[in-house]
Amino acid sequence: MTKFMDLHLCAPFRDAEQLRKIVTKSSELGYRLVGMPLPPNVECDEVERLRKMCSEAGLDLASRIDLTPRNTHELLASLRRLRRKFEVVSVLCTSKPIARQAAKDRRVDVLSFSFTKTRNRFFDRAEAELASESSSSLEIDMAPLLSLEGFLRIRLISSLRREVAIAKSFRVPVVISSGTTNHYLLRSPHDYSALAMLFDMDSSLALSALSDTPLRIVERNRLKLSPDFVAPGLRVVRRRDP
Amino acid sequence: MIRRVKQRYLALKIESSESFEEEDLRDAVWNALIQLFGEYGASQVGLFLVQCDRQRKKAVLRCWHKALPMVKASIASVTKIKDKPVTIHVLRVSGTLKALRKRVSKQFLQTLL
Repeated sequence: MTKFMDLHLCAPFRDAEQLRKIVTKSSELGYRLVGMPLPPNVECDEVERLRKMCSEAGLDLASRIDLTPRNTHELLASLRRLRRKFEVVSVLCTSKPIARQAAKDRRVDVLSFSFTKTRNRFFDRAEAELASESSSSLEIDMAPLLSLEGFLRIRLISSLRREVAIAKSFRVPVVISSGTTNHYLLRSPHDYSALAMLFDMDSSLALSALSDTPLRIVERNRLKLSPDFVAPGLRVVRRRDP
Repeated sequence: MIRRVKQRYLALKIESSESFEEEDLRDAVWNALIQLFGEYGASQVGLFLVQCDRQRKKAVLRCWHKALPMVKASIASVTKIKDKPVTIHVLRVSGTLKALRKRVSKQFLQTLL
Protein backbone atom coordinates (compact mmCIF):
# COMPACT_ATOMS: atom_id res chain seq x y z
CA MET A 1 0.00 0.00 0.00
CA THR A 2 1.31 3.44 -0.92
CA LYS A 3 2.43 5.54 2.00
CA PHE A 4 1.35 9.13 1.39
CA MET A 5 3.13 12.07 2.94
CA ASP A 6 2.48 15.73 3.42
CA LEU A 7 5.85 17.38 3.93
CA HIS A 8 4.45 20.85 4.60
CA LEU A 9 1.61 20.80 7.07
CA CYS A 10 1.71 24.28 8.60
CA ALA A 11 -0.17 23.38 11.76
CA PRO A 12 -0.33 26.12 14.42
CA PHE A 13 2.48 24.95 16.64
CA ARG A 14 1.33 26.57 19.91
CA ASP A 15 -2.43 25.97 19.59
CA ALA A 16 -2.84 22.38 20.83
CA GLU A 17 -6.52 22.02 19.93
CA GLN A 18 -6.15 23.31 16.39
CA LEU A 19 -3.02 21.21 16.00
CA ARG A 20 -4.81 18.06 17.10
CA LYS A 21 -7.67 18.82 14.70
CA ILE A 22 -5.41 19.24 11.68
CA VAL A 23 -3.28 16.21 12.56
CA THR A 24 -6.36 13.99 12.96
CA LYS A 25 -7.72 15.30 9.68
CA SER A 26 -4.46 14.45 7.88
CA SER A 27 -4.59 10.93 9.25
CA GLU A 28 -8.22 10.50 8.17
CA LEU A 29 -7.34 11.65 4.65
CA GLY A 30 -4.81 8.85 4.31
CA TYR A 31 -1.45 10.44 5.10
CA ARG A 32 1.07 8.42 7.10
CA LEU A 33 3.79 11.03 7.58
CA VAL A 34 3.62 14.78 8.00
CA GLY A 35 6.40 17.32 7.93
CA MET A 36 5.76 20.27 10.23
CA PRO A 37 7.72 23.49 10.04
CA LEU A 38 9.09 24.29 13.49
CA PRO A 39 10.81 27.40 14.85
CA PRO A 40 14.64 27.24 14.80
CA ASN A 41 14.88 27.45 18.58
CA VAL A 42 12.40 24.64 19.25
CA GLU A 43 13.13 22.48 22.29
CA CYS A 44 13.54 18.69 22.00
CA ASP A 45 10.72 18.21 24.52
CA GLU A 46 8.30 20.10 22.31
CA VAL A 47 9.28 18.02 19.29
CA GLU A 48 8.75 14.85 21.31
CA ARG A 49 5.34 16.10 22.48
CA LEU A 50 4.39 16.75 18.85
CA ARG A 51 5.72 13.37 17.78
CA LYS A 52 3.62 11.70 20.46
CA MET A 53 0.49 13.57 19.42
CA CYS A 54 1.07 12.56 15.80
CA SER A 55 1.70 8.92 16.67
CA GLU A 56 -1.60 8.85 18.63
CA ALA A 57 -3.31 9.89 15.38
CA GLY A 58 -1.37 7.21 13.45
CA LEU A 59 1.10 9.63 11.87
CA ASP A 60 4.85 9.81 11.73
CA LEU A 61 6.34 13.29 12.21
CA ALA A 62 9.27 14.74 10.30
CA SER A 63 10.70 17.90 11.82
CA ARG A 64 11.16 20.63 9.27
CA ILE A 65 12.67 24.07 9.14
CA ASP A 66 11.62 26.72 6.64
CA LEU A 67 14.50 29.09 6.01
CA THR A 68 13.84 32.53 4.56
CA PRO A 69 17.33 34.03 4.28
CA ARG A 70 17.90 37.61 3.16
CA ASN A 71 21.19 36.80 1.41
CA THR A 72 23.46 33.85 0.62
CA HIS A 73 25.67 34.41 3.70
CA GLU A 74 22.64 34.16 5.95
CA LEU A 75 21.57 31.00 4.14
CA LEU A 76 24.95 29.34 4.64
CA ALA A 77 25.09 30.38 8.30
CA SER A 78 21.58 29.00 8.93
CA LEU A 79 22.40 25.74 7.17
CA ARG A 80 25.57 25.31 9.22
CA ARG A 81 23.65 25.95 12.44
CA LEU A 82 20.41 24.07 11.78
CA ARG A 83 21.01 21.24 9.30
CA ARG A 84 21.69 18.62 11.96
CA LYS A 85 18.70 19.66 14.06
CA PHE A 86 15.93 19.05 11.51
CA GLU A 87 14.96 16.19 9.24
CA VAL A 88 13.82 18.37 6.35
CA VAL A 89 15.34 21.71 5.37
CA SER A 90 13.39 23.96 3.05
CA VAL A 91 14.52 27.28 1.62
CA LEU A 92 12.12 29.94 0.44
CA CYS A 93 14.08 31.53 -2.41
CA THR A 94 13.33 35.24 -2.44
CA SER A 95 16.12 36.27 -4.80
CA LYS A 96 18.08 34.68 -7.63
CA PRO A 97 21.45 34.41 -5.76
CA ILE A 98 19.67 32.67 -2.86
CA ALA A 99 17.88 30.33 -5.27
CA ARG A 100 21.15 29.41 -7.00
CA GLN A 101 23.01 28.88 -3.72
CA ALA A 102 20.17 26.76 -2.31
CA ALA A 103 19.94 24.67 -5.48
CA LYS A 104 23.61 23.75 -5.44
CA ASP A 105 23.86 23.09 -1.71
CA ARG A 106 23.46 19.40 -0.80
CA ARG A 107 22.17 20.34 2.67
CA VAL A 108 18.99 21.81 1.18
CA ASP A 109 16.20 19.28 0.64
CA VAL A 110 13.39 21.39 -0.72
CA LEU A 111 13.29 24.56 -2.80
CA SER A 112 10.18 26.65 -2.51
CA PHE A 113 9.20 29.90 -4.17
CA SER A 114 6.72 32.69 -3.63
CA PHE A 115 3.19 31.86 -4.75
CA THR A 116 1.84 35.36 -5.01
CA LYS A 117 4.83 37.05 -6.66
CA THR A 118 5.38 34.95 -9.76
CA ARG A 119 8.32 37.18 -10.73
CA ASN A 120 10.08 35.74 -7.68
CA ARG A 121 9.82 32.18 -8.95
CA PHE A 122 13.37 31.52 -10.05
CA PHE A 123 13.01 27.90 -11.07
CA ASP A 124 14.43 28.08 -14.58
CA ARG A 125 16.68 25.71 -16.54
CA ALA A 126 19.88 26.84 -14.80
CA GLU A 127 18.27 26.35 -11.40
CA ALA A 128 16.97 22.91 -12.41
CA GLU A 129 20.43 21.83 -13.58
CA LEU A 130 21.96 22.80 -10.23
CA ALA A 131 19.11 21.16 -8.31
CA SER A 132 19.40 17.90 -10.24
CA GLU A 133 23.11 17.65 -9.35
CA SER A 134 22.55 18.28 -5.65
CA SER A 135 19.35 16.21 -5.37
CA SER A 136 17.22 19.11 -4.11
CA SER A 137 13.50 18.92 -4.83
CA LEU A 138 11.02 21.48 -6.06
CA GLU A 139 8.11 21.91 -3.67
CA ILE A 140 4.60 22.78 -4.81
CA ASP A 141 2.20 23.86 -2.07
CA MET A 142 -1.40 23.25 -3.05
CA ALA A 143 -3.11 25.63 -0.59
CA PRO A 144 -2.44 28.77 -2.69
CA LEU A 145 -3.94 27.02 -5.68
CA LEU A 146 -7.16 26.60 -3.71
CA SER A 147 -7.22 29.97 -2.00
CA LEU A 148 -6.14 32.26 -4.86
CA GLU A 149 -8.70 33.44 -7.37
CA GLY A 150 -8.83 35.03 -10.80
CA PHE A 151 -5.70 36.48 -12.40
CA LEU A 152 -3.38 35.45 -9.54
CA ARG A 153 -4.40 31.81 -9.85
CA ILE A 154 -4.09 31.89 -13.65
CA ARG A 155 -0.53 33.23 -13.34
CA LEU A 156 0.33 30.66 -10.67
CA ILE A 157 -0.96 27.72 -12.73
CA SER A 158 0.97 29.00 -15.74
CA SER A 159 4.22 29.26 -13.72
CA LEU A 160 3.72 25.82 -12.20
CA ARG A 161 3.14 24.27 -15.63
CA ARG A 162 6.42 25.73 -16.90
CA GLU A 163 8.33 24.68 -13.79
CA VAL A 164 6.99 21.12 -13.80
CA ALA A 165 8.01 20.78 -17.47
CA ILE A 166 11.54 22.02 -16.64
CA ALA A 167 11.74 19.74 -13.59
CA LYS A 168 10.70 16.75 -15.73
CA SER A 169 13.31 17.46 -18.39
CA PHE A 170 16.13 17.85 -15.83
CA ARG A 171 14.83 15.00 -13.63
CA VAL A 172 14.42 17.22 -10.60
CA PRO A 173 12.14 15.52 -8.07
CA VAL A 174 8.89 17.36 -7.37
CA VAL A 175 7.19 17.27 -3.98
CA ILE A 176 3.51 18.12 -3.65
CA SER A 177 2.41 19.22 -0.20
CA SER A 178 -0.55 20.97 1.34
CA GLY A 179 1.14 24.07 2.80
CA THR A 180 -1.97 24.92 4.75
CA THR A 181 -2.86 26.03 8.25
CA ASN A 182 -6.58 25.55 7.70
CA HIS A 183 -8.11 22.08 7.82
CA TYR A 184 -10.72 23.11 5.24
CA LEU A 185 -7.91 23.47 2.70
CA LEU A 186 -6.59 19.97 3.32
CA ARG A 187 -7.29 17.47 0.55
CA SER A 188 -6.65 13.77 0.15
CA PRO A 189 -3.65 12.60 -1.92
CA HIS A 190 -5.96 11.56 -4.78
CA ASP A 191 -7.63 14.98 -4.75
CA TYR A 192 -4.21 16.61 -5.01
CA SER A 193 -3.28 14.33 -7.89
CA ALA A 194 -6.52 15.42 -9.63
CA LEU A 195 -5.59 19.07 -9.08
CA ALA A 196 -2.07 18.44 -10.40
CA MET A 197 -3.53 17.87 -13.87
CA LEU A 198 -3.98 21.67 -13.96
CA PHE A 199 -0.22 22.02 -14.38
CA ASP A 200 0.19 18.99 -16.65
CA MET A 201 1.36 16.50 -14.07
CA ASP A 202 -0.05 13.08 -14.81
CA SER A 203 -1.64 11.08 -12.05
CA SER A 204 1.24 8.62 -11.49
CA LEU A 205 3.83 11.41 -11.28
CA ALA A 206 1.62 13.38 -8.89
CA LEU A 207 1.07 10.38 -6.62
CA SER A 208 4.81 9.73 -6.61
CA ALA A 209 5.34 13.41 -5.65
CA LEU A 210 3.09 12.71 -2.65
CA SER A 211 4.66 9.40 -1.65
CA ASP A 212 8.01 8.17 -3.04
CA THR A 213 9.82 11.50 -3.38
CA PRO A 214 9.10 12.79 0.16
CA LEU A 215 9.79 9.31 1.56
CA ARG A 216 13.24 9.31 -0.09
CA ILE A 217 14.02 12.74 1.39
CA VAL A 218 12.98 11.77 4.92
CA GLU A 219 14.70 8.35 4.85
CA ARG A 220 17.92 9.84 3.47
CA ASN A 221 18.03 12.49 6.19
CA ARG A 222 17.08 10.14 9.01
CA LEU A 223 19.94 7.92 7.95
CA LYS A 224 22.32 10.89 7.92
CA LEU A 225 21.13 12.12 11.31
CA SER A 226 21.43 8.71 12.96
CA PRO A 227 24.46 8.25 15.24
CA ASP A 228 25.59 5.27 13.12
CA PHE A 229 26.09 7.37 10.01
CA VAL A 230 29.74 8.04 9.11
CA ALA A 231 29.69 9.11 5.45
CA PRO A 232 27.57 8.32 2.37
CA GLY A 233 27.80 4.53 1.93
CA LEU A 234 29.53 4.06 5.27
CA ARG A 235 27.82 3.41 8.60
CA VAL A 236 28.53 1.73 11.89
CA VAL A 237 27.08 -1.77 11.89
CA ARG A 238 28.26 -2.91 15.32
CA ARG A 239 30.16 -1.36 18.20
CA ARG A 240 32.69 -3.16 20.33
CA ASP A 241 31.49 -3.71 23.90
CA PRO A 242 33.31 -1.36 26.29
CA MET B 1 -23.47 6.11 -35.92
CA ILE B 2 -23.54 8.02 -32.66
CA ARG B 3 -21.85 6.07 -29.87
CA ARG B 4 -23.34 5.97 -26.42
CA VAL B 5 -21.52 8.33 -24.07
CA LYS B 6 -20.01 6.50 -21.10
CA GLN B 7 -20.80 7.95 -17.71
CA ARG B 8 -19.00 8.02 -14.38
CA TYR B 9 -20.71 8.31 -11.01
CA LEU B 10 -18.87 9.98 -8.14
CA ALA B 11 -19.77 9.50 -4.49
CA LEU B 12 -18.96 12.70 -2.59
CA LYS B 13 -18.59 13.58 1.06
CA ILE B 14 -19.08 17.23 1.98
CA GLU B 15 -17.42 18.63 5.09
CA SER B 16 -19.07 21.77 6.33
CA SER B 17 -20.11 23.20 9.65
CA GLU B 18 -23.16 24.85 8.03
CA SER B 19 -26.11 23.25 6.27
CA PHE B 20 -26.62 23.88 2.56
CA GLU B 21 -29.22 23.34 -0.13
CA GLU B 22 -28.88 20.96 -3.06
CA GLU B 23 -28.75 23.91 -5.48
CA ASP B 24 -25.90 25.49 -3.51
CA LEU B 25 -23.76 22.39 -3.90
CA ARG B 26 -24.56 22.17 -7.61
CA ASP B 27 -23.75 25.86 -8.12
CA ALA B 28 -20.48 25.54 -6.20
CA VAL B 29 -19.26 22.66 -8.39
CA TRP B 30 -20.39 24.38 -11.60
CA ASN B 31 -18.69 27.64 -10.57
CA ALA B 32 -15.46 25.82 -9.79
CA LEU B 33 -15.64 24.06 -13.15
CA ILE B 34 -16.23 27.30 -15.03
CA GLN B 35 -13.45 29.09 -13.11
CA LEU B 36 -10.90 26.38 -13.91
CA PHE B 37 -11.87 25.32 -17.44
CA GLY B 38 -14.12 28.08 -18.76
CA GLU B 39 -17.57 27.79 -20.32
CA TYR B 40 -16.24 25.81 -23.29
CA GLY B 41 -14.61 23.24 -20.98
CA ALA B 42 -17.70 23.07 -18.77
CA SER B 43 -19.84 22.30 -21.83
CA GLN B 44 -17.85 19.08 -22.38
CA VAL B 45 -18.48 17.62 -18.95
CA GLY B 46 -22.15 16.55 -18.79
CA LEU B 47 -22.33 17.23 -15.07
CA PHE B 48 -25.50 16.19 -13.23
CA LEU B 49 -26.25 16.01 -9.51
CA VAL B 50 -27.93 12.63 -9.15
CA GLN B 51 -28.69 12.76 -5.45
CA CYS B 52 -27.85 14.79 -2.38
CA ASP B 53 -28.35 13.88 1.26
CA ARG B 54 -28.16 17.17 3.15
CA GLN B 55 -28.36 15.58 6.60
CA ARG B 56 -25.51 13.15 6.06
CA LYS B 57 -23.67 15.57 3.76
CA LYS B 58 -23.18 13.02 1.01
CA ALA B 59 -23.96 13.29 -2.69
CA VAL B 60 -23.69 11.49 -6.01
CA LEU B 61 -22.62 13.31 -9.17
CA ARG B 62 -22.61 12.04 -12.73
CA CYS B 63 -20.34 13.17 -15.56
CA TRP B 64 -19.02 11.98 -18.91
CA HIS B 65 -16.14 9.63 -18.39
CA LYS B 66 -13.73 11.56 -20.62
CA ALA B 67 -14.26 14.62 -18.43
CA LEU B 68 -13.62 12.80 -15.14
CA PRO B 69 -10.17 14.39 -14.46
CA MET B 70 -11.67 17.85 -15.00
CA VAL B 71 -14.56 17.14 -12.67
CA LYS B 72 -12.28 15.71 -9.96
CA ALA B 73 -10.02 18.77 -10.16
CA SER B 74 -13.03 21.08 -9.96
CA ILE B 75 -14.49 19.25 -6.97
CA ALA B 76 -11.15 19.42 -5.16
CA SER B 77 -10.95 23.16 -5.83
CA VAL B 78 -14.28 23.96 -4.16
CA THR B 79 -13.51 25.83 -0.94
CA LYS B 80 -16.81 27.60 -0.23
CA ILE B 81 -20.54 27.04 -0.50
CA LYS B 82 -22.45 30.29 -0.05
CA ASP B 83 -19.35 31.93 1.48
CA LYS B 84 -19.05 29.21 4.15
CA PRO B 85 -15.87 27.11 4.14
CA VAL B 86 -16.32 23.55 2.89
CA THR B 87 -14.27 20.64 1.65
CA ILE B 88 -15.62 18.11 -0.83
CA HIS B 89 -13.93 14.72 -1.00
CA VAL B 90 -14.45 12.16 -3.74
CA LEU B 91 -15.08 8.85 -1.97
CA ARG B 92 -15.47 6.56 -4.97
CA VAL B 93 -15.88 6.65 -8.75
CA SER B 94 -17.79 4.02 -10.66
CA GLY B 95 -19.32 3.33 -14.06
CA THR B 96 -22.77 2.45 -12.73
CA LEU B 97 -24.82 3.34 -9.70
CA LYS B 98 -25.08 -0.38 -8.93
CA ALA B 99 -21.29 -0.76 -8.74
CA LEU B 100 -21.04 2.42 -6.70
CA ARG B 101 -23.52 0.90 -4.29
CA LYS B 102 -21.27 -2.14 -3.89
CA ARG B 103 -18.08 -0.17 -3.49
CA VAL B 104 -19.03 2.54 -1.05
CA SER B 105 -19.76 1.54 2.51
CA LYS B 106 -23.24 0.18 3.24
CA GLN B 107 -23.92 2.83 5.89
CA PHE B 108 -23.61 5.66 3.40
CA LEU B 109 -25.54 4.05 0.56
CA GLN B 110 -28.40 2.60 2.55
CA THR B 111 -29.51 6.13 3.26
CA LEU B 112 -28.51 7.65 -0.04
CA LEU B 113 -29.38 5.33 -2.93
